[in-house]
Amino acid sequence: MARYLIPLAVFLALAFFFVVGLGKDPSRIPSPLLSKPLPTFTLGTVSDPNSRIESRVMTGKPALLNVWGSWCVSCAVEHEFLMSLAREDDLPIYGLNWKDELDDARQWLAQRGDPYVMSLYDYEGRAAIDLGVYAAPETFLLDANGTIVHKHIGPLDMTIWTQDFLPRLRQLGVSE
Amino acid sequence: MYPELGQVALVIALALSLIQGVVPLIGAHRNDQPMMSIARPAAVAQFGFVGIAFAILAAAFINNDFSLQYVASNSNSQLPTLFRFAAVWGAHEGSMLLWTLILSAWTLAVVLRSGSLPLDIASRVIAVLGLLSVGTLTFILFTSNPFLRLQPSAADGADLNPLLQDPALVIHPPMLYVGYVGLSVAFAFAIAAMLSGNLDRQWARWTRPWTTAAWVFLTLGISLGSWWAYYELGWGGWWFWDPVENASFMPWLAATALFHSLAVTETRGLFKSWTLLLAIMAFSLSLLGTFLVRSGIIVSVHAFASDPTRGFFILAFLLLVIGIALALYAWRAPGLDSTAGFQPTSRETFLLLNNVLLVIAATLILVGTLYPLFIDALGLGKVSVGAPVFELVFITPMLPLVFLMGFGMHATWRTGNLDAVWRDYRWFLAGAVVLGIGLVWFVYGRPSILTMTGGVAATWIMLVSLREPLRALAGRVAMTRSAAGMHVAHFGVGVFTLGVTVVSAFGLEEDRAIRPGQALSVAGYEFTLNDLGTGQGANYQFLRGDVTVREDGHIIAELAPEKRRYLVQESMMTEAGIDARLSRDLFVAMGDPLGDEAWSVRVQYKPLVRLIWLGTIIMALGGLLAISDRRYRVRQKQEKPSKTDTLAKASH
Repeated sequence: MARYLIPLAVFLALAFFFVVGLGKDPSRIPSPLLSKPLPTFTLGTVSDPNSRIESRVMTGKPALLNVWGSWCVSCAVEHEFLMSLAREDDLPIYGLNWKDELDDARQWLAQRGDPYVMSLYDYEGRAAIDLGVYAAPETFLLDANGTIVHKHIGPLDMTIWTQDFLPRLRQLGVSE
Repeated sequence: MYPELGQVALVIALALSLIQGVVPLIGAHRNDQPMMSIARPAAVAQFGFVGIAFAILAAAFINNDFSLQYVASNSNSQLPTLFRFAAVWGAHEGSMLLWTLILSAWTLAVVLRSGSLPLDIASRVIAVLGLLSVGTLTFILFTSNPFLRLQPSAADGADLNPLLQDPALVIHPPMLYVGYVGLSVAFAFAIAAMLSGNLDRQWARWTRPWTTAAWVFLTLGISLGSWWAYYELGWGGWWFWDPVENASFMPWLAATALFHSLAVTETRGLFKSWTLLLAIMAFSLSLLGTFLVRSGIIVSVHAFASDPTRGFFILAFLLLVIGIALALYAWRAPGLDSTAGFQPTSRETFLLLNNVLLVIAATLILVGTLYPLFIDALGLGKVSVGAPVFELVFITPMLPLVFLMGFGMHATWRTGNLDAVWRDYRWFLAGAVVLGIGLVWFVYGRPSILTMTGGVAATWIMLVSLREPLRALAGRVAMTRSAAGMHVAHFGVGVFTLGVTVVSAFGLEEDRAIRPGQALSVAGYEFTLNDLGTGQGANYQFLRGDVTVREDGHIIAELAPEKRRYLVQESMMTEAGIDARLSRDLFVAMGDPLGDEAWSVRVQYKPLVRLIWLGTIIMALGGLLAISDRRYRVRQKQEKPSKTDTLAKASH
C-alpha cells in the first residue's frame, strides 16, 4: 500500500529542509561575506546627510562597522559598551545608521554619546542589504584592506568581545 | 514563595506524565485493566503540578520577583498588574509553560468527559496526550526553564515588549494556544484508533466535538490577533500573511477540513484514513507553527524569542511526533478504509471537494511560508514571499469553496439530489447575483470582477444559510443543534467574505503631513487636527492628537490617536484613534513629527471592516452550537446515573 507512505515521505522531505534550514541559522553561521571585501557603497552621514562618503573610507587600518538604529532596543543595550570601546581602544568604530529617522538618530547620539568616527546614514537600507544585515545591531570587524574578518549579530558585550574579537584583533596586529 | 518549588513541580509533573504516557499504553496492549486505569489519576495529578508551577511563575511576576531571570527580562515594577500577569507568556519560557498547562488542561477535560468511552480507548488517548506532555516538559526543563535565578538579582526588570502591553494581547495567546493544543486531542484519538486498529463511526462521534471545540478557540484566537494587529501596529491592515500568522492559519484550515471529514466518517463511515491523516496534519501544523515561531528559522515580526538550540529540540520533537504518527498511519491505515460508495452529487462529494480545496489552500500557504527556507537551504539566496502571492493562492481555492458550500450543505447523503437542490436554490443564486453586485455597486461604486464575485459569493452563502434556520424557527422543519451550528457558521463565512471583499476593494487610505488647525478629507469625511497634547500614562508618556471628524459639516466623532513612548525600553508605539461603526471604521494614526509642528498622519476609511471579525465570531458561535448537540451529551447523561449507582452500591 505505497500510497499510505506518501504523507511520511513528504514529511521527511520537509524535515530535511528544516534540518538544513536550522543549521543555516543566521546568528550561527558566518556571513557569506566573510573573508570578502567590504561591498562598495556611497552614503551620506547622520551629521550631514547630503555628504557622499564612500565605504572605502573605512579602510587603511582595522576598524569596526556597527549597524544601529534609534528604534533598536538591543542597540541601546550595547551602546554603553561601544562607548567604553571608543574611550579605551584605538580602534575606529564606524556606524551604519539603518532605517532610522534623522532626528531620532541625532537625538540618540546627543543623549547617549557618540562612539562613532562617523555614522553613515542608510535610510533605505540599501547598503545594509549589500552587507547582508539581518537585524540590528550587527558588528563587522574589518582588516586594514577592508576585508570582513568577523561578523557578530546581536548586542556586543565584554564576553563576546574577549571571546570573538580580541583574538582576531591580535592576529591583525592591533595591540591593546 | 520560592520559585525553585516551581521547578520541583515541573520535575514531578514530568515524572507523572511519563507514567501517564507509558503505563496505560502497555496496559492497553496487554489488556491489563489496572495498568490502563492509571491514565486518569496520573493525568489529573500531572495537571495539578503543572498548574502549581504556572501559579508560582505568575506569583513571581505579580510580586515583581526580579531575582528570576525570566521575570527580570520581561516585566517591570511600573507595569500595571494585568500586564504583569500577561507577561508570564510574554516571551518564550512562559509561553511554553502556558502551552504545557493548556495541554494538561485539555487532558483533564478528556479525563472528565471520557466516562462513556471504553477503557482501552480512553487510556490510549490520555496516554498519547501524556507523551506529548513528556516532550513539552522536557523541553521546558532542559532548554527553557523560566525558574532560573539571576545572580545578583536585578533592581528592576527590562519590561514587557510594549507591543504586547495591550488587553487583546492578554487573551490572544492563551486563546490561540487553547486552539492549537486542543487539536492534540483529535490527534490522540487518531493515534489511539490506529493503535487499536479499530475505527468506527462511534470513534468519529467522540472525536468530532473535541475538534470543533479546538477550532472555536483557534478561530477566536486568530481573529483577536488580527484585531490587535489592526489597531495596535498602526498600519490599519487586518492580515499580513506574516509567517507567524500563517502558522496559526494553516492548522485552522486543516482543522476545518478535519471536522467536515469527521462528519462524513460519523454519518457514513467513509473517508476513514483521510480523516486520520487530517487529524495528524492539523496537529502537526500546530507543532510546526510553534517550531517556526520559536526556532527563529523564519524571520517574522512576531518571532519575539528565538534560539537555535531550542529550535533543534523542537525539531527533534516534531520529527518524533509527526514521524511516528505518519509511520503508524502508513502501517495501520490501509486496513481501515471501507468501500461503501456514494453518488457523485451527494453531500459526500461536496465534503470531499471542501476537504480538497481547504487542503490545497493550506498546502499553498505552507509552501509560500517555507519557500524562503527552501531557497536558502538550497543555497539560492534569500527571498521573501509577499502578501499578493498569498492572496492569490488563498482566494483561488476559497471562492469556489464558498459557492460549492451553498449547494453542499443542502445536498443529501449518499444518493444526491442536486436537481432538487438546484430547483430550491436557483432563485437564491439569482438573488445573490442581483444583490451581491447591485448593492455593492449602489453603495460603494463600480466594482471589479473580483469584487463582484466576492459580493455574490458572500450574499449567496448568507442567503442559503438563512433558509433552513428560518423554516425551523417557523416550526416547519426540525433541526438539530448540529445542523443549526453548521448554518450559523456558514452564515458567518458569508459575513466575513462580505467584509473582506468590500474593505479590500473600497477602503481608502491617505498619508499626509498636517499641522494643528489643518484638515484633510478622505471619502467625504473631513478630519481636522485641532491640537496636540502630551501626557503621562502608567508606564509611558504620550503625545495625543485631538482630531475632529465632520461629515457634511456635522461633527460625527472626536478621535484621540496617540504616540506612546514606553519609558523602560525607550520604544515608540502607535495607538490609533478609531471611530468604529458596523458600516465603516474611520482610522487615524499619528506618524512621525516632521518638524515645525507638522506631523505625518495616516487616515483610513474602512468600509465594513467590522464584518471581518463579526463573521469569525459568528463562525465560532456556530461551532459552539454544534458542540452542544444532544447526541454528544446523551451518552454522558445515560452514563452518569449508572456511575452514581455503582458509587451508591459501593458505599452500602
